[in-house]
Amino acid sequence: MTQPLISIQGLYKLFGPNPKKHMPLVHDGKNKDEILAETAHTLGLKDINLDIYPGEIFVIMGLSGSGKSTLIRHFNRLIDPTEGNVIVEGEDIMHYDEKRLREFRRKKMSMVFQRFGLLPHYTVLDNVAYGLKNQKVPKAEREEKAKKWLEDVGLAGYEKQYPAQLSGGQQQRVGLARALCTDADILLMDEAFSALDPLIRSEMQDQLIHLQERLHKTIVFITHDLDEALRIGDRIAILRDGELIQLGKPAEILLHPADDYVEKFVRDVNRARALTVETVMQPAVCRISSDNIDEALAQMKQQNADYAFYVEGERYKGLLAMEQLAAASAPESIQELLEESCQAVSPDSPLEEVIPQTLNHSGPLPVVNQQGDLTGQLPRDVLMEVLTGHPTEDQKA
Amino acid sequence: MSWLTEFPELSRRDLMGLRKTLDGAYRDFSREYGDTIEAFFDPLLSFLIWFEKLLIATPWWLMIAILMLITHLAARSLKLTIGVGIALFMVGYLGMWEDTMSTLSIITVCTIIAIIVGVPIGILMARSGRTQAIVTPILDIMQTMPAFVYLIPVVMLLGIGKIPGLIAVVIYAIPPVIRLTNLGIRLVDKEVLEAADAYGASPWQRLINVQLPLAMPNIMAGINQTIMMSLAMVVIASMIGVAGLGQPVLKSITNQYFTLGLLNGGAIVVLAIIFDRVSQAWAHRSQQHMGDNRS
Repeated sequence: MTQPLISIQGLYKLFGPNPKKHMPLVHDGKNKDEILAETAHTLGLKDINLDIYPGEIFVIMGLSGSGKSTLIRHFNRLIDPTEGNVIVEGEDIMHYDEKRLREFRRKKMSMVFQRFGLLPHYTVLDNVAYGLKNQKVPKAEREEKAKKWLEDVGLAGYEKQYPAQLSGGQQQRVGLARALCTDADILLMDEAFSALDPLIRSEMQDQLIHLQERLHKTIVFITHDLDEALRIGDRIAILRDGELIQLGKPAEILLHPADDYVEKFVRDVNRARALTVETVMQPAVCRISSDNIDEALAQMKQQNADYAFYVEGERYKGLLAMEQLAAASAPESIQELLEESCQAVSPDSPLEEVIPQTLNHSGPLPVVNQQGDLTGQLPRDVLMEVLTGHPTEDQKA
Repeated sequence: MSWLTEFPELSRRDLMGLRKTLDGAYRDFSREYGDTIEAFFDPLLSFLIWFEKLLIATPWWLMIAILMLITHLAARSLKLTIGVGIALFMVGYLGMWEDTMSTLSIITVCTIIAIIVGVPIGILMARSGRTQAIVTPILDIMQTMPAFVYLIPVVMLLGIGKIPGLIAVVIYAIPPVIRLTNLGIRLVDKEVLEAADAYGASPWQRLINVQLPLAMPNIMAGINQTIMMSLAMVVIASMIGVAGLGQPVLKSITNQYFTLGLLNGGAIVVLAIIFDRVSQAWAHRSQQHMGDNRS
């Protein structure tokens, strides 16, 4: 296992004039409302523990007031915690003094803001170069770099414009270019796409995924939109009232919501689009490599299977149906008995793409990866269960 | 029970004693330190005199041309530039050129001092709520205390002349620039400030690159108000020997010369309009591209 790049350990944040004094109440397990009533302090974050690994897009999700924006501001200490540690590359940044912290913010982390946070009196180019300007990089050098990043986000030619002259989507591209321009390894994105209209938002999501394929940054992304979280997140953390409710891969959260709160979120998600075959497929148990029909039949009977996958090593060759085999006469070769109507599906396909195939074919669909190897099977009832959220009758067997 | 019907006031003798003690103490203080303080202001005085002489010695047509050029550079408006030229010519034509130049010089110097002193105070106020809580009532007092009252200690300390006049004008005119610098910085968009912090701006970088530029519309409004107030103060300052358009106004009050008063008052208005329009046009032009992003 690789070392986490960022590690949040036992983080608490209590807002109010005298937070330290009231921390014992928090440790006693009183909830947010009780603490507010007793002390007039607001519990922002409660015992947050997270590890974020290099190169992943880590999404922190929650409704407004869940503490997600507070949490991301602890990563670069725009907000200091009441208790707890933030460890980046093995160093506890809580011990940094002002100067060290500035250096850290300049070099290690950059940030994209919900309402862009651009400097209205700077041109687009100067805005992108802003981080480097703080680092006192010579003007010519930083402008050259800024130009390159502007091109990368698709805004070449806008250098001399001012932010107010740009649309929201364009302004956020400037925000993104500014964040990339400092070459920081870690990108903090605070509801970066929430202020944009839906079409532009999905365009920006695509652009981010696309850039990430090339740049391999570590991205901490805040959102209140589960669809967005599922789309771009490698892992998702769900916050409620300052507490971490669930942490996992998108499919885990969709398929096994930790509690009612998460379930409510998950209910409205279009699962057919959000889940891929890989996340719901089962191991392909009944593999047949023998050319002998009788042997094959015996094997299927033993495993109580109506269908079997004909393989050569790991390589997928075709699907065999019990009926066909039983009806076959001896001289026929097993290759001629393969079900032709059944096409293999790719593990990366979203479920909605494979639904038509399951309608044509009653048996499990073979899942075959790019190398042509059989990686699993996707039975129709499993697909139904995942899509409807209820187990079907014959599933119980 | 006399205190029910009569106000329990301090006895006449005690009050007299109190006044005498305070006045005496202040007199002693001014005797002791008056010269030192005067010496401290000497460079400023020589600069003020030099600047006034320079303005008066410059040929009138060159002066008008320079002022028109400044107007043009600041406002880029032909109408305004020509208007300034005509108004200045009329002032000179009606025999008030030298007084106008004197007033122009003292107003310019007062404004510069008010900015140099006021903007940093405003910045300090914006940085801490406590400083603001201390400075705000002082500004209130400066603005409401009748100007004549604080003329007295200034004159006691420094005598009659340009420097006490200048100090009186600055005290009277500086509150707006302080208040609006404070307000302007406090109004800067929080997210932009967060962005500055997140990209590792030092406090100085944040002030120079973000806070001051974004507070500029408000600061300019404050400077504008400061200029207007110092022009209004010129007449009062003339009572303690400040040369310029205030002197003839004062003379016309004491002698009931209505026309003389009106003309000189008019010249002050002309200066006020020029300062106001030029500074506003410049402020507006320099903030243009900030557009609707400030909402």
